[in-house]
Amino acid sequence: MTRQTKQTAPQQDRLVTLLIRLSGYSSILLVTLIFIFLMKEGLPALADVGIGELFTDRWYPIEGYFGILPLISGSLIVTLGAMLVSVPLGVGTAIYLSEVAPSSTREVVKPLVEVLAGLPSVVLGFLGIIAAAPLLRRLLDLPTGLTAFAGALLLGLIAIPTIVSIAEDALNTVPAAYRQAALAVGATPWQTIWGVTLPAARSGVLTAVMLGMGRALGETMAVMMVTGNAPTLPHGLDALFMPVRTMTATIASEMGEVATGSAHYQVLFLIGIVLFLFSLVVNVLASSVSFRQRKRAERLLS
Amino acid sequence: MVNLALAWAERYQQENPQVRISVTGGGSGTGIAALMNGTVDLANASRQMKEEELAQAQQAGYSPMEFVVARDAIAVIVHPQNPVDHLTLEQISLIYRGKINNWSEVGGEDRPIVRLSRETNSGTHVYFLETVLRLGNKDDKTIFSADTLLMPSSEGIIAEVSDNPNAIGYDGLGYVTADVKTIAVSADPNGPFVLPSVETVNNGQYPIARDLYMYTLQNPPTGLVKAYLDWLLSPSGQAIVTELGFVPVLTNP
Repeated sequence: MTRQTKQTAPQQDRLVTLLIRLSGYSSILLVTLIFIFLMKEGLPALADVGIGELFTDRWYPIEGYFGILPLISGSLIVTLGAMLVSVPLGVGTAIYLSEVAPSSTREVVKPLVEVLAGLPSVVLGFLGIIAAAPLLRRLLDLPTGLTAFAGALLLGLIAIPTIVSIAEDALNTVPAAYRQAALAVGATPWQTIWGVTLPAARSGVLTAVMLGMGRALGETMAVMMVTGNAPTLPHGLDALFMPVRTMTATIASEMGEVATGSAHYQVLFLIGIVLFLFSLVVNVLASSVSFRQRKRAERLLS
Repeated sequence: MVNLALAWAERYQQENPQVRISVTGGGSGTGIAALMNGTVDLANASRQMKEEELAQAQQAGYSPMEFVVARDAIAVIVHPQNPVDHLTLEQISLIYRGKINNWSEVGGEDRPIVRLSRETNSGTHVYFLETVLRLGNKDDKTIFSADTLLMPSSEGIIAEVSDNPNAIGYDGLGYVTADVKTIAVSADPNGPFVLPSVETVNNGQYPIARDLYMYTLQNPPTGLVKAYLDWLLSPSGQAIVTELGFVPVLTNP
């Protein structure tokens, strides 16, 4: 009996290790396959349509206008606008939850923020088209409320839960001794937060912001409903208050219709590659700051 | 025309409980693409099949058959408080080309014009482009002004036009609600300006009207598909067309 367990235990161990290793590799495999597929479908566009044509300012694919610049700028404007909304609110909420709020309040607010994360974006988009867009048009006296700004507000709401939960975790990992030391030398609670806790958690908070940005960049349904989808290149700072068309909305609304293998199809995949690269950059930035944080934590502990 | 296809399928299944019909929306191009993949028996389209689509279908071994199942008019709509109530086709064309940018240029208030359109995958979009924007001129390569808002749904257009006094939009007569004002249109600058209705579409007075098609995978259709098409073109099928604000094909029974 004992002999048997001695024999099977290492076997079970090996089996479980193998399964875990396989599931770890499978995600790498999947990402690689997706990337190869995107490349295979999208890269021919560079030859068939031409790089010169792709970097023009007119997107009207059913007549062969394949300028993707307005789509890239549209995504950037909406995403940056969303960051203007979600970074102050998200980081603020995280600081409040981690540093200021009594635990009874925290137990109410935290689940509510998580509910916000669970809201389907199409519901937010619907609210945007019925409530936010008309309100913005009246308040700001715009020709139409269906603008990048309306999209940025909704995306801000969508990105907030991501930012709050990651930034709050980062703030919670700051050792209590830091705060106690700051308070002991006479710093006010606000000076402690601004001068000690937040800088100590800086890289975690930056990671939160980056991941929130990735969330905003990839969001489709809500922006498609409220940004007006007009593929125009921005001409100035007022671009935030003009209709824009994002890369995600373009893929979502046009992919269902294109003939497989046509130039339009290839360009839509190329837009997918551009989106993939954008979120890759954001994710690499996010993980590089969190790696740096780990190194510093190791140094502190040693 | 997805509303119409849904209503037809629903009524037909009530009368024939043994038949199952599922309807999917997404635009004429989506339907025709699905037909060419062989995933559907019938494709509804608010435009005729393009030559390359037909060629692709034949390559896949199908020769779709075309049926005109209803008629449709595109209504040009504005906010109820917009004082403009009639436009020539040319004025509408200039507005959507981006040449006319203020309502005062067409007899309205001093307000910027916000142009709304359906998405490019909508048959309504292509029909409006060819018939109104290019005034039916096949050599004209003009396209929509870049700042035209492309709305993913009819509901989006109605919601924005009913709220925004700057907006102009267009959509199938079947989708227009009482929340917006329909514009009387004339092809001739001297008029007469005609509002879209069952009568004006049938007698050809309203200039922005078209046929709605159904394509069958089988040529000629047999069995259940044939029975369904026969029913669609019968008075009871066409009664639903009228109920939804489209125009029936049986004009002179």
